[in-house]
Amino acid sequence: MAESNLQLLTSSIFKRNPIALLVLGICSSLAVTGQMITALVMSICVTLVTAFSSMTISLVRHHIPSSVRIGLQIIVAATLVILVDQVLKAFFFGLSKQLSIYVGLIITNCILLGRAEGFAMSNPPIPSFIDGIANGLGYGFVLMSVAFVRELLGSGTLFGVVILPLTTDGGWYPRNGMLVLPVCAFFLIALIIWILRTADPSQQEKE
Amino acid sequence: MEHYLNIIIRSIFIENLPLSFFLGMCTFIAISRQVKAAVGLGTAVLFIQTVTVPLNNLIYVYLLKPGALAWAGQPGLDLSFLGLLTYIAIIAAVVQILEMVLDRFLPALYNTLGIFLPLLTVNCAIFGGTLFMVERDYTFAESVAYGIGSGGGFFLAVVALAGIRERLEYADPPAGLRGLGLTFITVGLMALAFMGLAGMEM
Repeated sequence: MAESNLQLLTSSIFKRNPIALLVLGICSSLAVTGQMITALVMSICVTLVTAFSSMTISLVRHHIPSSVRIGLQIIVAATLVILVDQVLKAFFFGLSKQLSIYVGLIITNCILLGRAEGFAMSNPPIPSFIDGIANGLGYGFVLMSVAFVRELLGSGTLFGVVILPLTTDGGWYPRNGMLVLPVCAFFLIALIIWILRTADPSQQEKE
Repeated sequence: MEHYLNIIIRSIFIENLPLSFFLGMCTFIAISRQVKAAVGLGTAVLFIQTVTVPLNNLIYVYLLKPGALAWAGQPGLDLSFLGLLTYIAIIAAVVQILEMVLDRFLPALYNTLGIFLPLLTVNCAIFGGTLFMVERDYTFAESVAYGIGSGGGFFLAVVALAGIRERLEYADPPAGLRGLGLTFITVGLMALAFMGLAGMEM
């Protein structure tokens, strides 16, 4: 079992990456990737919420009538998100202000419902929990890669530490204005998809 | 009247949900392969948005807003922290009803939308529309206009993208970029184009 759980973990990060291959949870990946720190916090929140909501839903999966399943999944997710939101507000107020509505929008992050619907409804709690963590990590992987490029080349910093001194502050690096705009996350994700699919041709779409 | 028209035009072109705020991306990208399916999805979003935004507006104004329960003799009560949970429950209910109606009366469309109809519940465009409505403190009439406008904006964007993607079928990109990768680049370019409308004032 440990073996298959491990496989579950790695395959969700690369082979079945939620963003790059399943096209889930893209909205937030565009909006919070301007800085590494917001991307990191967002990844942690999503990983925790996905893992625990998958586990909870898997625990009660035999008792959910299929006609109200979506409502129930959403209520579980919303409760967990309110919890995360309150914790962030209490202990990391500055960050929670920066993430603004995007913490609330975790509820509508399709990774959550996609995993609940696609995996947790038909699997026992422990694998569901691991599947949730794995998908959160896969999401985090893409989020952090995009944020790395955007913060380094767009603002010349990483986690707020100056790496490339900007010309505006007397340094040598002219800021790439386009990378500051959320739009460029589209192009970066396209590149990541391209790399992942070239490395693993079985993921390529047929003509 | 002009005021409401203004809200509609604004939310369609200037504050387009998928292309300016990047909300509702998942469904936006997943169901834009064919114009026909895109029209179905756009219609569903337009309908749900038109129903849920005003509905949530009523709930916000009469139940959750600080002091909103004055009619029930509880003027000091502030339930706004329950907002997220309440709005999403309303949206989930409306989506589930729509799913049943489609299954019964339009099975063809129901089959096309497949798993993505339930996913409309977690469509950030719909939830985001409600959150924007609350944030901007719209009145009921304004929220109706905003619901129509933001749904219409989604409709426009998804049909336009589907049209472009149908043409892209004939393109010959590198194998790894085929499909999803190319779509992302297309959406990026469309979003750049829509940014050109950002400074426009009515």
